[in-house]
Amino acid sequence: MRDFFKKIPEQAVRIIVLFLILAGGMFIVRQFIIPPEMKEMDLIQTSTMEREAAKEIKYAGAEVCGTCHENQHDNKKIGYHRDLSCESCHGAAQKHVDNPSEVKPTSPKKRDYCAYCHNYNSSRPTGFPQINPDTHNPRKPCITCHNPHNPKPLHIPRSCAACHAQIERTKVASYHALLACTVCHKTPEKHKTEPRIVTPTKPDKREFCGKCHAKGAGSKGVPLVDMDLHGEKYVCWQCHYPHMLGGI
Amino acid sequence: MDRRDFLKHVCLLISSGAVVGGLSPDAWAKLIHKDYDPAKHYYGMGIDIEKCIGCGRCMEACKTENDVPGDPFYFRTWVERYVIKTDKTVSINTISMKPDEGADVFVEKDMLRSFFVPKLCNQCDHPPCVQVCPVGATFKTDDGVILVDSKRCIGCRYCIQSCPYGARYIHPETRVADKCTFCYHRLVRGLLPACVEVCPKQARLFGDMKSIASPLGRFIRMNKLHVLKPSLNTDPKVYYANLDGEVN
Repeated sequence: MRDFFKKIPEQAVRIIVLFLILAGGMFIVRQFIIPPEMKEMDLIQTSTMEREAAKEIKYAGAEVCGTCHENQHDNKKIGYHRDLSCESCHGAAQKHVDNPSEVKPTSPKKRDYCAYCHNYNSSRPTGFPQINPDTHNPRKPCITCHNPHNPKPLHIPRSCAACHAQIERTKVASYHALLACTVCHKTPEKHKTEPRIVTPTKPDKREFCGKCHAKGAGSKGVPLVDMDLHGEKYVCWQCHYPHMLGGI
Repeated sequence: MDRRDFLKHVCLLISSGAVVGGLSPDAWAKLIHKDYDPAKHYYGMGIDIEKCIGCGRCMEACKTENDVPGDPFYFRTWVERYVIKTDKTVSINTISMKPDEGADVFVEKDMLRSFFVPKLCNQCDHPPCVQVCPVGATFKTDDGVILVDSKRCIGCRYCIQSCPYGARYIHPETRVADKCTFCYHRLVRGLLPACVEVCPKQARLFGDMKSIASPLGRFIRMNKLHVLKPSLNTDPKVYYANLDGEVN
């Protein structure tokens, strides 16, 4: 064994010793000098999570507002805006919660704020209440007529288009443009005040369309079909959308 | 102290060299925020396309809550408007946060169908951004949120390249990668993310998948769900209901 060590040339020994010193040094630096929060992945991640968690809150959340503003809160709960959080309109309010007397949340009074949701946009789901800002009392602030905490249509809507704008816009360009909605849909008066509880009827039989479109119905200028042969398996509106442009 | 805690403490003592004035063993036991234990939660989000009205309140709230720069190209969450035309072309635009710019530019006659798609970081279960980060600055927490360590991130943009959902951006002030954290600082306090908080139609739902009853749990049970780009096996935790096949 001793012979073996003697055989190692001196320069190699030096290199090995140097290497060992370096390695030892590195070990000491890594193990004892570098603080653990710089090298332990778990600690690094925990500290990131702590930093994220410590960030300041801007939105107070839906629960808090009702503790002081009971009236508005209860009023809102029964109206169409019940799903709306107070901060959707009044903006981030955590500062107001921390310091209620000095910091006041914003209160949008102009027309353009309501427009975010209620301007007509063809991509919005059908049935969502929308207006055309150019024709719906231009430049009048919405809150003069509608209470934002419990919004209701000011008048009982006169025309179906007030709510069903998308269907109305399609229908006016279709062959059925001159037919009133009530020709096909029996609309109880209550539908105008309780639209979701009382709904209008829809035609349910082929014979309904047949009143105009069946051979022998006697109507002029209307495409007539033999009700026995024409698509007997289906009801008419499975192929033809009655409101559709061009009437196909 | 139960056995689990004891072992944790011992492991930390050995591994961190805590003897030489490192972090105290209590660091492990220390919770991120008061009584919050990340291991007891697993978060996800549900988005119902049918309900989204494209009002952009979520984008606004996210910017306020998380100090995202106001310019219209920095987003942690954004809403895309899809318009599928009769000639089968699809036009996709991120909606503007100003209502007058959201005006309709499409002729409805040319539209087949149209809808809004809110987007954000999908908080993937198998996140590509975590895999590519060369310095380990981005990671998945126990509660399933992907976070970025802003102190460790070197701003190399690898994660931005790798994210299939385009959910990351370089923050112009800190010059490091930034992304949706599900509002982590709100979660630890038991609050909802800001976008969910302000959503007027409850198109966004949030919940803990480890809890039996949560709005998200119901959403997942009651809807036909889809995730974005399932073929990439990223396993997103943002679930979409009523998603159109054209959405990518």
